[in-house]
Amino acid sequence: MSAALRLKLENIVKEYPGCRANDGIDLTVESGEIHALLGENGAGKSTLMKVIYGVVQPDEGRMLWNGHPVKVDSPARARAMGIGMVFQHFSLFETLTVAENIALGLPTAEARDRRELDQRIREVSERYGMALDPRRYVSTLSVGERQRVEIIRCLIQETTLLILDEPTSVLTPQEVTDLFATLRKLAKEGCSILFISHKLEEVRSLCHNATVLRQGRVSGDCRPKDVSAADIARLMVGDDTPISTRVPAAEPGDVLLEVRDLSWKSSDPFGTSLKDVSVTLNQGEIVGIAGVAGNGQDELLKALSGEIRMDRGDMDLGGLGIGALSPDQRRKLGVAIVPEERLGRGAVPGMSLAENALLTASGQGLVDRGMIRFGRVRDFSRAVIRRFDVRCNGEDSTARSLSGGNLQKYIIGREALQNPRLLVASHPTWGVDVGSAVAIHEALVKLRDEGASILLISEDLDELYQLCSRIGALCDGRLSPLAPTSELTIEQLGQWMAGEFDSAEATHAAA
Amino acid sequence: MLLLERRPVDSTLMRWTSPVLALVLTVITGFVLFMAMGKDPVEGLTFFFITPVSDLIGLAELGLKMAPLLLCAAGLTVCYRAKLWNIGAEGHFLMGALGASVVAVQLVDVSGFWVLPVVLVAGIVAGMLWAAIAAGLKTHLNCNEILTTIMLNYIALNLLLYAVHGPLKDPYGFGFPQSVMFGDAALLPDLIPGTRLHLGLAFGLLAAVSVWVLFARSFIGFQLNVVGQDQRAAAFAGFSARRLTWFAFLVGGATAGLAGASEVTGPIGQLVPQVSPGYGYTAIIVVFLGRMHALGIIAASALLALTFIGGEMLQIAMNMPKAITGLFQGLLLFYLLTCDAFIHYRIRLKQPAIKPTPKAVTAATQES
Repeated sequence: MSAALRLKLENIVKEYPGCRANDGIDLTVESGEIHALLGENGAGKSTLMKVIYGVVQPDEGRMLWNGHPVKVDSPARARAMGIGMVFQHFSLFETLTVAENIALGLPTAEARDRRELDQRIREVSERYGMALDPRRYVSTLSVGERQRVEIIRCLIQETTLLILDEPTSVLTPQEVTDLFATLRKLAKEGCSILFISHKLEEVRSLCHNATVLRQGRVSGDCRPKDVSAADIARLMVGDDTPISTRVPAAEPGDVLLEVRDLSWKSSDPFGTSLKDVSVTLNQGEIVGIAGVAGNGQDELLKALSGEIRMDRGDMDLGGLGIGALSPDQRRKLGVAIVPEERLGRGAVPGMSLAENALLTASGQGLVDRGMIRFGRVRDFSRAVIRRFDVRCNGEDSTARSLSGGNLQKYIIGREALQNPRLLVASHPTWGVDVGSAVAIHEALVKLRDEGASILLISEDLDELYQLCSRIGALCDGRLSPLAPTSELTIEQLGQWMAGEFDSAEATHAAA
Repeated sequence: MLLLERRPVDSTLMRWTSPVLALVLTVITGFVLFMAMGKDPVEGLTFFFITPVSDLIGLAELGLKMAPLLLCAAGLTVCYRAKLWNIGAEGHFLMGALGASVVAVQLVDVSGFWVLPVVLVAGIVAGMLWAAIAAGLKTHLNCNEILTTIMLNYIALNLLLYAVHGPLKDPYGFGFPQSVMFGDAALLPDLIPGTRLHLGLAFGLLAAVSVWVLFARSFIGFQLNVVGQDQRAAAFAGFSARRLTWFAFLVGGATAGLAGASEVTGPIGQLVPQVSPGYGYTAIIVVFLGRMHALGIIAASALLALTFIGGEMLQIAMNMPKAITGLFQGLLLFYLLTCDAFIHYRIRLKQPAIKPTPKAVTAATQES
């Protein structure tokens, strides 16, 4: 290891009330190295990034920057040293232009001359292959373009260590390819990159070295190109967790759900309106909806659940129009929904698991003439906990006290035990540990085999390809055609995610 | 340096000790206040907290004041559990008193067992109608219920004043703004003979028990809790916020309306302008002090009832101003809210951090 060490962390410890987020972490990044930081949600990746970027101060440990011990007490200090960070959630003002957003992060002297700034932005964006017009308003940019703004904002300040927090989770496959080309070029010029992800194949194709975290500690270092994805996954989850599901082929039955030309106009200027969405679901099949977040997935889920009423279109469940029905009326007809947000929508954080069972399962004989039958509520809740292996201290634990994966198993179990005819699940394994994800996938497949129709909305393409018999993509509130998974190439799906499909064709294919 | 930091888990212990702590702090502050005013603090506090309840008559008076507080607080609990900040119990109460009086005045010379129920129902309906205005403004025009209910309180008061100065005024009342005395058939029976304690307290206790059943056993109580804790979960589950808002407001209006009706048919026996010394507002303190729980509000209503009687006692015995009641009520609420902060937060000692450079400060602001 003769190359210059850009960053060295020694024994970083950061403790929050009730949790030791970083427990003695060592990490080294050389100049020009693309270094992956891997780990499941809750492994301590984000905390470590915040320590490096000066957002939080470590309780113990030492940080060396280009060989010298430093104390980073604020993000401004980090930026002055040459550390740039792109957060998962962008911090851009939608009502300002690209250049104005970038000017906000610069010292006053540099921000003053706008013409020069525009010029610099153009230079940087051309040099690294990230086309961007400095005078466009951020609200008109796609998510991928917004990410470019964030990256250029870092590069314009002569960054020598760029931290990217799960940058690909918001991108289409083509955009990912472009981003990787940019990052490789940056690394070649000597910029170090710290790449946080839990997508193993991406890490294997991009990164020189990887550090894997588990429960706040380093569980291993490796050269991702030399080891298999399964080996890395083992380091992430430990030895005792299954890491994939075997999915037998589906045997679809009759049509259950038919949605024709569903349209809904968003009253929020930055929200997404649904435009002529048509989709047909058969009994006993899982249909996947891919798409980059914010392209109408949540709106589609709400339209199906009844939380919003569509302006136009038809929605039939088993031949019965359900478009005008309320969420609880639809639930009585066998519609089950698993929303994206577990805490604060799928479950009330401060209520017990038993009470949360009542949230959607009141129709299962848990309420008699307006009075709650607590015995039955507990039985139902206990059945969910047992059947879906929810790790908790019994049905009286609050929803808030469960880990994301366990709460998600509980929510899926709550819906599954009601024997739904239609299940709409949004990002069911997002932020969930690998073991729970496998259990959730198995539960979905089991429901499918029992004859339920499942609409799976997800950003995780691996998940969609693994589980679904047909896949389509949402882009800007429009739904692409749905193609059988075996015939759909990832390139084609990527184009659909980017909006490259014909609406008329979509309607035709669905009909 | 002292640092207020969020607890990882809310403190259950603090949730229940906070009201006690608030009471202790109120007494201590009262002690200091009496001293500052040159009065004997021990004597003052004794007159305020102990003398009023040292005999049966005193206890009956306590129950008399508890009745309207408990009724109003029971209805407000239903609203507040759903995070509907109905401040309008005073208005519902006044309208209930007015509604009951309108009917009672028509039936002065009528006797029959049905007269009292009709009068009370008139009060309940009047309270509900008044609450319905605020509910409708909220569900249909999305008006903030805090503002509308406060304004409706003033309208209710002025309607009542108009009634006692105008249509309901006793023609033989020597010009006093008050109605005729109601007929015997329209008066609430006494609970304890020889005292003024009437059936109103039973209504109050019944209301508290009903609230307990509502939230401990019924599905609609569960729905109200969900709406209060998590609106998005309620929308997801399909609980209609609109329907629940109407339910909570109508219950609030009904109980406060009954309280108003019980007051004019109970100890007063006629409609007078000063029918409420602020029961509807004090009931808000009762609900928070009682932790929105049936048993809690019973205890809290007794304590707040004491502040009314104790205040009167101090006026008589020690020549203190009437404001003393409001002062103690205000202190209690102030300390309660302060102590409640420690349910979610705790204090931690911390060494002063290194002072950030001005540049870092500006940049950090931009960061967020």
